[in-house]
Amino acid sequence: MSGCRSSRKWIELALPDAFITGIGMSQIGVRLMRHPLLLTLDAIREALDDAGLTIADIDGISTYPGRAAMPPGFSPIGTDDLIDALRMQVRWYAGGFEVSSQLGAVVEAANAVRAGQARHVICFRTVYEAAAMARPQEFQQPKPGRVEGYPQWLMPFNAYSASNWVAQYAMRHVKLYGLKREQLAQIAITDRKHAMLNPRALVREALTLEQYLGARMISDPLCLYDCDRFTDASTVLIISAGDALGDVKCTPVRIAAASHASARYSWDQTEFMAAYPTGAALWKGTDYKPKDVDTAQLYDGFSFLTLTWLEGLGFCRVGEAGAFIEGGQRIALDGELPLNTFGGQIGAGRLHGFGFAHESVVQLRGQGGARQIPGDPRVAVAASGGGPLATALLLTRD
Amino acid sequence: MSASRLLPRLDPDNRFFWTSGADGVLRLLQCKDCATFVHPPRPVCPHCLSEAVAPWEVAGTAVVDSFTINRQKWHPEMEVPFVIARVAIDGAPGVILTTNIINCAPEAVEIGDKVQVIFERQDDVWLPLFQKVD
Repeated sequence: MSGCRSSRKWIELALPDAFITGIGMSQIGVRLMRHPLLLTLDAIREALDDAGLTIADIDGISTYPGRAAMPPGFSPIGTDDLIDALRMQVRWYAGGFEVSSQLGAVVEAANAVRAGQARHVICFRTVYEAAAMARPQEFQQPKPGRVEGYPQWLMPFNAYSASNWVAQYAMRHVKLYGLKREQLAQIAITDRKHAMLNPRALVREALTLEQYLGARMISDPLCLYDCDRFTDASTVLIISAGDALGDVKCTPVRIAAASHASARYSWDQTEFMAAYPTGAALWKGTDYKPKDVDTAQLYDGFSFLTLTWLEGLGFCRVGEAGAFIEGGQRIALDGELPLNTFGGQIGAGRLHGFGFAHESVVQLRGQGGARQIPGDPRVAVAASGGGPLATALLLTRD
Repeated sequence: MSASRLLPRLDPDNRFFWTSGADGVLRLLQCKDCATFVHPPRPVCPHCLSEAVAPWEVAGTAVVDSFTINRQKWHPEMEVPFVIARVAIDGAPGVILTTNIINCAPEAVEIGDKVQVIFERQDDVWLPLFQKVD
């Protein structure tokens, strides 16, 4: 047994690190008339320029979730679209729903470069949901038939939307831990404040507490401003092997740890979402601690999900995230834990997970411009997912 | 609110559950070897991996574990507001059902409320909804 254990440790030490070496993003818009493949290409071009690479240097592709027609515009571009459209010569590619969450595609890419399957991987997420809503003739919903799989336990009770599922976890925080709407409001208010400093953000207007408290309720305790906004956009991260850093010109950011621990695959059988075991697991793969983190970029498809990440990652104790963000000072750009500094999905638009990793790199490189956090940030956490889906990345500039 | 709902596709695993209300009784899958309840229903016990699992009658009472008042019309015919709740089934440790709490004002529902199953038939499906008991 002991021999087995020591050889395993040797393998872990011998594996090279994986780095984010290039980042790119298209315009973030609503009803952009630009083809989703071209939006993806906009982000790819920017990421390649950033890294100092060309398309010929790319030998891997990873995406979440692969091409998916439903819901309309959810994921219009798959790996095969890119490979064929750009006549790419890749050695490795992957895309699928059955990974830990959106940023699971980054974990897959990191694993691939660490294992020598590729040197430079384009990792992308393209969304086209705003366009699909605006053009229902083109993006038709099929007539709903009978439901199967996990949705059969939710949809027959008119729990149609993820907002309903998330709301029930949030309601437990309200009733058991005393979470107040004034506290939850700080996610949307902070997101909007940061979005105003991000030229690409979708919603660049301040949100006041009064506006938040007066908003239309969607599914108690979640109101309109607790929900992110559909967009058309593409985000690209280039993931490179540690022994390929000589090819790139930018400041690389190391993927120092990654976790995607499982909870039950369920939106209603668990007391806590997967963010809790996944958040705890992140620290098992690193010597860094939550107190070392300079900025947190935490999924906010619904504002309450950010609270689950704050608690799951150990920035505060279970049930205390409401008090942690109260007043907003702690999560402001000059606070002790600057949060979602690009505006999150509530402010910048629903980039679907990838925006959090993109912004971590921006901040760690000091490229945030008006929204750059002070000091010399070296450690960031990016996290995506809600319910049974959860991925956390610890990103460092060494 | 009881207008057209999306219904589950019945298959050999789930048919007993969705048709259990035909005689007014709620049933859940239970392992005959270790008594663990298996929900959602699958042909193996997650605790002891026994394949001896079978539907078992439960009392049909439950406790509200959490809830939300849905106020958004997700389709034009939807009548709002209404309560979506997760209820912990009495006598079946660990089993939660997502459901609706009916026959009371939405604001009257609280975590910890005792509720009782009341079936609503649509087509070949008996949906286990719940209502408050005093």
